[in-house]
Amino acid sequence: MANTSYQLDFEAPLRDLQERIYQLETDDQDSASARDELRAARKALLDKTRDVYSHLDEWQTVRVARHPDRPMFTDYVDLICDEFVELHGDKFFGDDRALRTGFAKIDEFKVMMVGHHKGKTLKERNECYFGCAHPEGYRKAMLKMKKAAKYGLPIICMIDTPGAYPGIGAEERGQAQVIAESMLEMSRLETPIICVVIGEGGSGGALGIGVGDRVAVLEFSYYSVISPEGCAGILWKSHDYAENAAKALKLTSRHLERLGAIDDVIEEPTGGAHRDHYQMAARLKMYLVKTLRELTELPPDELVAQRYEKFRKIGMYLEEAASV
Amino acid sequence: MATGELKENRDQPDNSDDPLLGDEPKKHRAKRGVPSGLWLRCDDCGETVFRKTVAENMSVCPVCGYHMYLSAADRIRYLLDEGTFEEWDGNLMPADPLEFFDKKAYAERVVSEQKRTGLRDAALTGTGMIRARRVAVGVTDSAFIMGSMGSVVGERLARLIERATEQDLPLVIVSGSGGGARMHEGILSLMQMAKVSAALARYDEAGGLFISVLTNPTMGGVAASFASLGDLVFAEPKALIGFAGPRTIKATIRLELPEGFQRSEFLLAHGYIDRIVKRADMKSEIARTIDYCGK
Repeated sequence: MANTSYQLDFEAPLRDLQERIYQLETDDQDSASARDELRAARKALLDKTRDVYSHLDEWQTVRVARHPDRPMFTDYVDLICDEFVELHGDKFFGDDRALRTGFAKIDEFKVMMVGHHKGKTLKERNECYFGCAHPEGYRKAMLKMKKAAKYGLPIICMIDTPGAYPGIGAEERGQAQVIAESMLEMSRLETPIICVVIGEGGSGGALGIGVGDRVAVLEFSYYSVISPEGCAGILWKSHDYAENAAKALKLTSRHLERLGAIDDVIEEPTGGAHRDHYQMAARLKMYLVKTLRELTELPPDELVAQRYEKFRKIGMYLEEAASV
Repeated sequence: MATGELKENRDQPDNSDDPLLGDEPKKHRAKRGVPSGLWLRCDDCGETVFRKTVAENMSVCPVCGYHMYLSAADRIRYLLDEGTFEEWDGNLMPADPLEFFDKKAYAERVVSEQKRTGLRDAALTGTGMIRARRVAVGVTDSAFIMGSMGSVVGERLARLIERATEQDLPLVIVSGSGGGARMHEGILSLMQMAKVSAALARYDEAGGLFISVLTNPTMGGVAASFASLGDLVFAEPKALIGFAGPRTIKATIRLELPEGFQRSEFLLAHGYIDRIVKRADMKSEIARTIDYCGK
């Protein structure tokens, strides 16, 4: 029996166990021994899932981060927010579907939600360019975030993009410039900003909405300076080396935390977020509410000063004692 | 340190690793029989020109006026009044936080690039005078690992901007980077974009004047951070400037790119550059701008 939910190659042992369970479930279960066998098989699947997912390497993590069933921006909005009022348009060129913005309510907080959306159906994916935003997307995000700061709403950014769109129109409309400006503006907005990488954190397209007081990454998301394929293409001269590149780039949540590039890692349910949207959303919501409570306590100028210091410290280099 | 002490015996940058230039049709591939020491072939018009004549002409092709590669030390020499450059933070050296390894270890790559270019990393920063006006100045050299920004470049620029803010100095940053954010330092390189942009936000709030000068090439994470954030943005003629590399775009959209796409003139026409300024006029133009802005 084909099971689409275990489609990644390293999930093969899980797929086998799942098939065994299906088999047992359809079999006659009258005897106590049959029931025991089923129970044992279910436990074996759970243990094996836990085992496989606790030893994911870098490239496997990238594959999980890109899993088609992984919850997306709109899923989290549905599961976390009591209300979402989408706000469209950059008042300049258009309305980018790859980057969505709007008012939302999360528990006692009214917030501005900003997030990349990859799209679920083929039609939607095409409209969203598979989560690759154009300059109008970043302009829209910047505009709505400024309004949020003006009206004292905290901002939540959900990052999930392979990268900003590389195209003629995107270059003509200033892709580099809007990303730069968006980072600059986010660094000084006088309102709490929480950024969470929920899937792919691809390069400048991710960082364009990634300058916040807290930057968190879901356990099996990745965040990288360049896509593994892009890096392989340049340094190994072939996309076939994406796996090597992923390893070299140290793009998994634990590495990112160790390098001091992010603040928090949010654990995913056993077997990854795609296996349990509700559980994942509940954990994310808990993190957001807790962090919002902390950040809204701080006066805006202190918030901005702390945000500056946080990014200011990132980087590793050697400093020789200055020679006079 | 005076600029004169910086090594200048450098050749053209090694573009073999260049994601942007490496794939461009090499129309004028060097042919055998041309002594590489004495002669030079212009990348743009293809004329063979006397290397010494080019050097005396600020590395601008004497035939077609194409602006060729110029080292960071030479840029500082041409931009600042003689002997006024004082380097800041020259003691910063790249580390290898990821223990990055592709075909070659990053640690080894750094050492060989340092030997080849005489630089410690891709940026020089400091202070000096432009026609007797004191400025804070930063230059990235596109020869050092594609002029890419890692932790050292980010830190040196952030310190430069902070000092310019404290001392109320006009800020000039000359960008030359085909590599954008440096892959070999991973996420830390990406975050330098946010760090430098945040420093520029403070400089802006303090009323500073930031003149960003774009040279060939200025791409990726460098274009998408400080290079695009100038109060005024100048570019040398025909420089390649953009976010995504032409090869990436071509692979994505599967169409031929328009003539002159992502060149300075294209960006000027689309409204992202204030002025295209020839290398020979850059110093005067910057001095004049500083005067207009009352700095």
